[in-house]
Amino acid sequence: MAAGVLDRANVDAVLNDLDEYAVEEGLRIVEANSPTKEAGEGSGHSITLISMGPERATEAIRKALSMGADDAILISDMALAGSDALATSLVLAEVIKKGNYDLVLCGTESTDARMSVVPAMIAQRLAWAQLTFAGKVKVDLAASSVEIERVTEFGNQVMSAKFPAVLSVIEKINEPRYPSFKGIMAAKKKTITTISLADTGVAASSVGSSAAWSAVKDALPRPARGAGVKFTDDGHGGEKLVEFLVEKRLA
Amino acid sequence: MSTVIFLVDHAGGKVAKATGELATFAKTIGESVAIVFAANPAEIVSQLNTFSVDKVITATGDWDKNGAAAIADGLSQIIAAKKPNALLITSSANGKEIAGRVAVITNSGIITDAIGVDKELITTQSVFGGSTTVHSVVTTGTPIITLRANSIEPVATTSTPPVEEFAVTLSEAAKLATITSATPVVKGGRPDLTEAAIVVSGGRGTSGDFKPVEALADALGAAVGASRAATDAGWYPHSHQVGQTGKTVSPQLYVAAGISGAIQHRAGMQTSKMIVAINKDPEAPILELADFAVVGDLFNVLPQATAQIIARKG
Repeated sequence: MAAGVLDRANVDAVLNDLDEYAVEEGLRIVEANSPTKEAGEGSGHSITLISMGPERATEAIRKALSMGADDAILISDMALAGSDALATSLVLAEVIKKGNYDLVLCGTESTDARMSVVPAMIAQRLAWAQLTFAGKVKVDLAASSVEIERVTEFGNQVMSAKFPAVLSVIEKINEPRYPSFKGIMAAKKKTITTISLADTGVAASSVGSSAAWSAVKDALPRPARGAGVKFTDDGHGGEKLVEFLVEKRLA
Repeated sequence: MSTVIFLVDHAGGKVAKATGELATFAKTIGESVAIVFAANPAEIVSQLNTFSVDKVITATGDWDKNGAAAIADGLSQIIAAKKPNALLITSSANGKEIAGRVAVITNSGIITDAIGVDKELITTQSVFGGSTTVHSVVTTGTPIITLRANSIEPVATTSTPPVEEFAVTLSEAAKLATITSATPVVKGGRPDLTEAAIVVSGGRGTSGDFKPVEALADALGAAVGASRAATDAGWYPHSHQVGQTGKTVSPQLYVAAGISGAIQHRAGMQTSKMIVAINKDPEAPILELADFAVVGDLFNVLPQATAQIIARKG
């Protein structure tokens, strides 16, 4: 097989809470373009996981490796604590730049901070094509191009671009696989390279909470909602409900 | 005098309702300048007459071709030329991506999903599923702030603001991705979930029958939402899911029918101004959150309420 003829499709996934979908999609892309129809050695492609977080993130990384990704880079540094989206995207972009990747796949939103702007920021920083909110991904390796179906509240769009590109996938794009026993065993031998902030070349003054370009003035617990009216339906529940709405000028 | 520019959001030639909110916020801060990216700006500009707009800047072009990258490039050029005090954008998927890119290009701080911004450009955000209110301020560059729909009642005025055309020259990097086709959401006559003033949602309690939920929604002119349980069961499209992994809504009125109110669902609707819940289970957590709760069968309560509303309109 002329596997060497294919462009090397390094697919990378920035691993976060919702990013099993991104890992799964990366695996599917590789499998669809692999002579053996399997990811891993012999496929002619590789998937690198890139994650920024504390050492304990290795657990999540190990799981993604057992799904079939090849290796991982963990950027771990105390100085990164409290980094905002701008700093996060800066560090990730610098690490991605140092690899030889064709595609970057991200989850759409991290579940802890609902700031779905990081993939767009990475694309802007790298000057790569931005193909985000993908509900479908189609890679044409021969043409070095990728096409997605972007799914947002305004409808669907078909978008395409040449490599390299930054993709984000929506939650429902696929059904992430469970790691097989073989995969779990294989993952134990895979390399997780932990790097520090200094290794990325980003200055410590550009990251962390002190470098954030926005500042929290205060954070207050929201006043509890006052106890509402509770009515047990006696056959007039619907009417009572409408009475309430009318009183509040909502109907 | 501060100048605040805001991005006019439009689709299919129609300006989004939430843009009126941006105009209202901009006006409370200073001079309110609407930015219109469109192939035919005139048709968009004519719809701004009822908003609080002091000035309009238009950029004519095929803005549907390259997506967020192109609009962000254009906005950044306008910021460089006009040096406004802030940029406001609606917190949609598209809006946030544009905002993020503008922040990178202009070296500016960004605050997303705000529900308010005051004269000093201090934003209000509701975080941790609505349990905490955070006030923040951008400290570097031109503050880029995205605001959720339904954050403020737009002030209706009549204005005929002057219009200035701005020439944008797109960078090559802004043209890397191409949109080859677009399918707008089929509206089905109901308002957008994230823009609607009233949302009626159904959950596990519907057992898959959303007819009473839809009927009440239509009587109230409301959007239809669904809990994750309902969308995962395939009873209603995922695009209607309200909650942590779905849409966040903040309407004037949220009606939860047959929804227990798991923390993940509450995270998506907790900031609604008024909450009404209907549930058979008197222990359902949603009932504690509700301003008005009916312990009962939604298949009795909803149709009765719907009939009553239709009769009142009669």
